[in-house]
Amino acid sequence: MTAELPVNEIAPGTWRPNRSRSKTIELIIKVICGAFAAISILTTIGIIGTLIFETFAFFGDLPLELSKDDQSVSFFQGILHFLTAGRWTPLFASKQFGIGVLISATLMITFISLAVALPLGLLAAICLSEYASAKVRRILKPVLEILAGVPTVVYGYFALLTVTPFFQWLLGPLENALPWWPQLEGFNALSAGIVLGVMITPMVASLSEDAIYSVPQSLRDGAYALGTTKRETVWSVVLPAALSGIVSSLILAMSRAVGETMIVTLAAGANPTLGFNPFVPVMTMTAFIVQVTAGDAPYGTIAYKTLFVVGMTLFLITLALNVFSFWFVRRFRQKYD
Amino acid sequence: MTAEGIPGKNVATGKFDQNLAGRYRMDKIFAAAAWGATIVAVLILAWLLLTILMDGIGTLNLNFLDSFPSRKPERAGIKAALFGTLWLMCIVAAFSFPIGVGAAIYLEEFSDDNWFTRLVEINIGNLAGVPSIIYGLLGLAVFVRILEPITGGRSVLSGGLTLALLILPVIIVATREALRAVPNSIRLAGFALGANKWQVISHHVLPSAMPGILTGVILALSRAIGETAPLIAIGAVAFIRSTPDSLQSSFTAMPIQIYNWVGRPQADFHHIAASGIIVLMIMLLLMNAIAIYFRNRFQQTR
Repeated sequence: MTAELPVNEIAPGTWRPNRSRSKTIELIIKVICGAFAAISILTTIGIIGTLIFETFAFFGDLPLELSKDDQSVSFFQGILHFLTAGRWTPLFASKQFGIGVLISATLMITFISLAVALPLGLLAAICLSEYASAKVRRILKPVLEILAGVPTVVYGYFALLTVTPFFQWLLGPLENALPWWPQLEGFNALSAGIVLGVMITPMVASLSEDAIYSVPQSLRDGAYALGTTKRETVWSVVLPAALSGIVSSLILAMSRAVGETMIVTLAAGANPTLGFNPFVPVMTMTAFIVQVTAGDAPYGTIAYKTLFVVGMTLFLITLALNVFSFWFVRRFRQKYD
Repeated sequence: MTAEGIPGKNVATGKFDQNLAGRYRMDKIFAAAAWGATIVAVLILAWLLLTILMDGIGTLNLNFLDSFPSRKPERAGIKAALFGTLWLMCIVAAFSFPIGVGAAIYLEEFSDDNWFTRLVEINIGNLAGVPSIIYGLLGLAVFVRILEPITGGRSVLSGGLTLALLILPVIIVATREALRAVPNSIRLAGFALGANKWQVISHHVLPSAMPGILTGVILALSRAIGETAPLIAIGAVAFIRSTPDSLQSSFTAMPIQIYNWVGRPQADFHHIAASGIIVLMIMLLLMNAIAIYFRNRFQQTR
């Protein structure tokens, strides 16, 4: 602020600000800002509304689509088919809509990614908060931030063109030596899952690090006074105390992995198969959405509606994970002060 | 910690492990594992960056920046995508900055603790966890389909609006933190001089929170231009031989172009995909550098 008070122009005592005008302006601004805040609610309504609308339209059309081949199908048989059928072929002439196919692939890749991110992220978090000096911390945290800021399409490139060939080279001798060892195909869930794990590692590390760092020093001092070593302190005092934060970071990372799109679309392929074989191409929920939208699904077709059904399933899974994570933190958070 | 854990452990039964050398050995192994994990993470980042540099540096030249996509990899360039991304960035900033900052001002400065505020807060927390491709489906249904007369269908405006909604929660959260960091004494001093709430906010709170807000907005923008999935969902196509000339033009963007080239079987396209990634990463790095500059200035002045 510059001091531009009109001291010399106005005689003392005659300064009368226009209070009613500034009050009106304040009210207008307040209403506009409130409307902007309401946009976030409108977004949620928009998301849920479109998903529900098209989902209902899908289940309305489903019996008709299924009864083309054989006898007529009721509404509930349609839902049963959606939940239990073992094939996912909405773009073929003979259409089948077993969402389980897409869910199995999504779950498999998510668990592979967690198997990478859990040890890597948690150990990195322990290292940063317990072992690293302040100086090293200042260098390592930005590195993790860079890792978190890399666009996912870049990870997709890395998974498809670097990691898969690397694993093929690594596992080649095994394939030759053991006749039953499966061949790693060009598109596979393994590389996609591992690179996805690398992508969510910074998230696990930084959220867990926050939780571990906020455990009070007095707990560590108490443990040392009882004669424990550093590892025993970390393992049996610090980690249990930070457990709620660590678990919630893992669940959030899992939700992120379930909804991740580009890595799985590029590296895991587009072949809807039921099962948990990480060596062959699979198709996740997100990859299906990309496949259909990239190929321009005309409005009103069953393919267009399947987009939103898959989106709804994805939305419900991630929402459940996010809500569970919030609940977990609230329920199990330890307060020390 | 609670006391229930102890009966199950060896401590209470007297089998305390007194082998100190063994315990210290375990300590060393554990420390090595922790450092190892951190080093592995850094090495993977280095591997990723090196691969892309080595793959892409050879085909990165001025011609690549100034050409439109082509069926021949040696002639293909990133001009359309570069301009598409710049257009997107302007649109996203134009919408998400005022809306995000306005919403944050409302939540932080104007509102009382009522049902509306609490609803918005819970809502923002949940929106931040919604996968980006779901925003793409929202954009497809609302901006491309329902608002087609305004947005022109699969246009750069639809893409920008979708991405603006996507980063809105991030901007709101960052702005609220910046506003919260402004000392309350500044507000009280303003009130004491007879200013009303908006005058205090616009003359004192916002200017001193602005570096923090800009940091958050730039970081959110850098996230938006790296997003691929929502743009594919609303139907951005990779093969466009012109730069956008209006809000309703069809468009492509850098991540879309990269995705398209990576997905092709020929290795030559993979090289230009890597070149595109280098350009994208340089843009992101610049934006992050600007954000860090603002953050440091912010911390110094306080």
